[in-house]
Amino acid sequence: MSKSVCYHCGEDCLEDEAIYDEKSFCCSGCQVVYEILKDNDLCNYYNIENTPGISPPKDLNVKYEYLENTDIVEKLISFRDEKISVVSFFLPKIHCSSCIWLLENLFKLNKSINSSRVNFLKKEIQLTFNHHEISLRGLVELLSSLGYSPEINLDKAEGKRKKVEKSLIYKIGIAGFCFGNIMLISLPEYFGLDSIKESNFSNFFGYLSIALSFPVMFYSAKDYFISAFIGLKQKNINIDVPISLGVLALFLRSLYEIILSLGGGYMDSLSGLVFFLLLGKAFQQITYNTLSFERDYKSYFPIAVIRINDDKSEESISVVDVNVGDLLLIKNNEIIPVDAVLDKGTANIDNSFVTGESNASVKKSGEKIYAGGKQVGGIIYVRAAKKLSQSYLTQLWNNDAFTKHQENKFEGITNSISKYFTIIILLIAFGSGLYWFQKDFKIALNAFTAVLIIACPCALALSAPFTFGNVLRILGRDKFFLKSATVIEGIAKTDTIIFDKTGTITQSSDSNITYKGKGLDENQKNALYSLLRQSSHPLSKLVFNTFKTEKQVEVSEFNEIVGNGIKGIINGLLFKVGSYEFTKTELEQETNFATKVHINIDGNYIGYYQIENKYRKGLKSIIVKLRKWYSFNLVTGDNENEKENLTYYFNDQDKLYFNQSPKQKLDYVRKLQEGNKNVLMIGDGLNDSGALKQSNVGISVSEDVNTFSPACDAILDASSFEKLPTYIRFCRQSIRVVIFSFIISFLYNIVGLYFGVTGALSPVIAAILMPLSSITVVVFVTITTNILALQHKLR
Amino acid sequence: MEVLFILIIISLVVAGGFLLAFIFSVKNGQYDDTYTPSVRMLFDDELTTKEENSNYKKSN
Repeated sequence: MSKSVCYHCGEDCLEDEAIYDEKSFCCSGCQVVYEILKDNDLCNYYNIENTPGISPPKDLNVKYEYLENTDIVEKLISFRDEKISVVSFFLPKIHCSSCIWLLENLFKLNKSINSSRVNFLKKEIQLTFNHHEISLRGLVELLSSLGYSPEINLDKAEGKRKKVEKSLIYKIGIAGFCFGNIMLISLPEYFGLDSIKESNFSNFFGYLSIALSFPVMFYSAKDYFISAFIGLKQKNINIDVPISLGVLALFLRSLYEIILSLGGGYMDSLSGLVFFLLLGKAFQQITYNTLSFERDYKSYFPIAVIRINDDKSEESISVVDVNVGDLLLIKNNEIIPVDAVLDKGTANIDNSFVTGESNASVKKSGEKIYAGGKQVGGIIYVRAAKKLSQSYLTQLWNNDAFTKHQENKFEGITNSISKYFTIIILLIAFGSGLYWFQKDFKIALNAFTAVLIIACPCALALSAPFTFGNVLRILGRDKFFLKSATVIEGIAKTDTIIFDKTGTITQSSDSNITYKGKGLDENQKNALYSLLRQSSHPLSKLVFNTFKTEKQVEVSEFNEIVGNGIKGIINGLLFKVGSYEFTKTELEQETNFATKVHINIDGNYIGYYQIENKYRKGLKSIIVKLRKWYSFNLVTGDNENEKENLTYYFNDQDKLYFNQSPKQKLDYVRKLQEGNKNVLMIGDGLNDSGALKQSNVGISVSEDVNTFSPACDAILDASSFEKLPTYIRFCRQSIRVVIFSFIISFLYNIVGLYFGVTGALSPVIAAILMPLSSITVVVFVTITTNILALQHKLR
Repeated sequence: MEVLFILIIISLVVAGGFLLAFIFSVKNGQYDDTYTPSVRMLFDDELTTKEENSNYKKSN
């Protein structure tokens, strides 16, 4: 039979293939979606793009019970009146134009939906619906049944809706408007049209340009004055100090000239300067719509949990309201929201995201389970031992690494230069002022202000934003997403790398499985295949997936013994698969701690499957390539069983720490920093949150950048992991580009200063020199960074 | 030449109108999503569409 592709989702159709309407589907889920769409004349969905669908999740009806809780509904809904409600959801599965079409035609599917609007870049949908006819739960289940499951978490329920900062756009708009208009009425001045000078026009134009410069001065340029003032107050001369000085000198001298009818003033240069500076600022700010660098545990934790009341009734409550002593029901793949004690059921907790342990751990009744672990397997009942905010994991966020505001972790390259720059400019200004003062007061004043004007570091202030803005874009296209431009400088300065292990340098979804022991024949393999097929334990599944061609045989008396393993009788032989104690004939101490699945056939110990982490491709070359700049550390929450494998990657000087708690990781980063190290932390899970936050630069590695990643400075897509050395080199080189562009802008300044100190600065020269120097610098940095990117083969 | 006074004032008023329109459109969220409308306009209309609700009413 030829392989066919699912008409709905494009997956290969395997054994479960279903044929409907002469089309193949990979599973019944896909077929159901197709049927729904066909019944509602929505098959256009399949015409816009090929196989646009998403295979819907299998366990539908269990997940959204909490949406019946009115408190939670209230928090999610953004607007409501008597007739309609408005709600927006984040749908991570949106990926093509077919998605947009289908989601915006939802009203055809359900008449109680009035309209829906998709924001593709943010992967958001805004729904207006009649809440008398369809409940929020019904709505979410409808979306989910089509494969677009909304992501709803605690973060969203707390109603923290970020307002997009738009004032910079207004400022640019207004500065641009004023710049253009002042320029226009300054034209006669540029060309020295005397007839205009003699009439009333020159006065009229002068006052008009004063009027137009007010919004620029007092609105658009406001932030520069404020920043300069704050800087001076903290005895720190930042780049905004010389900018403010220049702008102020321009403004006052223009006022003076226009009011006394001495000349046309420099209002055009003033507004142009502010306009360009603001453009640079805007260029540097990139927002990745679907990424968030500020996530904490709230966006990882579920929004609600099912509580079993004393009268045995189930009630869905918000996790914030969970009290000590509440009995909670946790289903397969749900996250345990608070520290709890297992009451009933078999807990099989996947802690990889929380502690870094790579293997799921089995808990027995009465044992403690920490918040954040994910239950894999059947239903369990747990009794809450702590409230959400006091849980072991969430307490990490009370550390001062989180409470302290670290706006500027380091001083930027521009600001460190501006100190010397400002002092030199002031010296030259006063020097030339004093020199001319002995001859003519007017020329002295002229020269003094001219120096401040011409030296105004427009090009200087633009070079870093444009370089880093461009680098951010290039790296972003290559799936390395930086939070802001300062992160580039941060990366260039780091000298120590700390790796987390699980999920960071190992692949979370993949592992190496090797069999050691006596050879297995065909019948034994078939038997193991059939036995493992019936177990839902993650380790069983891993081993099961290594079998390919085996056939199924009958298993009788199958039994799964929690915490031990599985057994069953096949062809009259008793097969036992599981832990060492479970399968070993006489008890000996196990020699190493690696994860193993042992096999015992009919009372004889046969051998074991060893499961090892699979390290990410290119890890060795990353470490070799970065060795000349960095020293390496590995800090993991996992145990030591991978130590031998790790020595292949790391050498003797590198420090490896195992069994580290999230708090210990944070403290280790701090200890290195106290030893004057600049730490680059590379992690992935909640357990790295503290270390990522404390480090100079924290990079979070993520297999899917749209899903949760802890608060950090940069998000690295796992598929680009091996390119890390290239990215770091690129960042380092971009600093050199900035320094080069500084030299260019200094050269322009020297030319300008010649006009300044001789007192010969005219508005035309100012109007030409300032944009010219800025444009040269911007063009230079853009071209060089692009050439560098090409050399590194970055797209 | 005195007509220039009036002309310049008029030109400023017209330009100011565009500035206001720009600020208004930014405030309204017209630049929030610069991609989806480009796809949306390519969809064929079929039957009757029922877009009676103003979608910008509650965008923030």
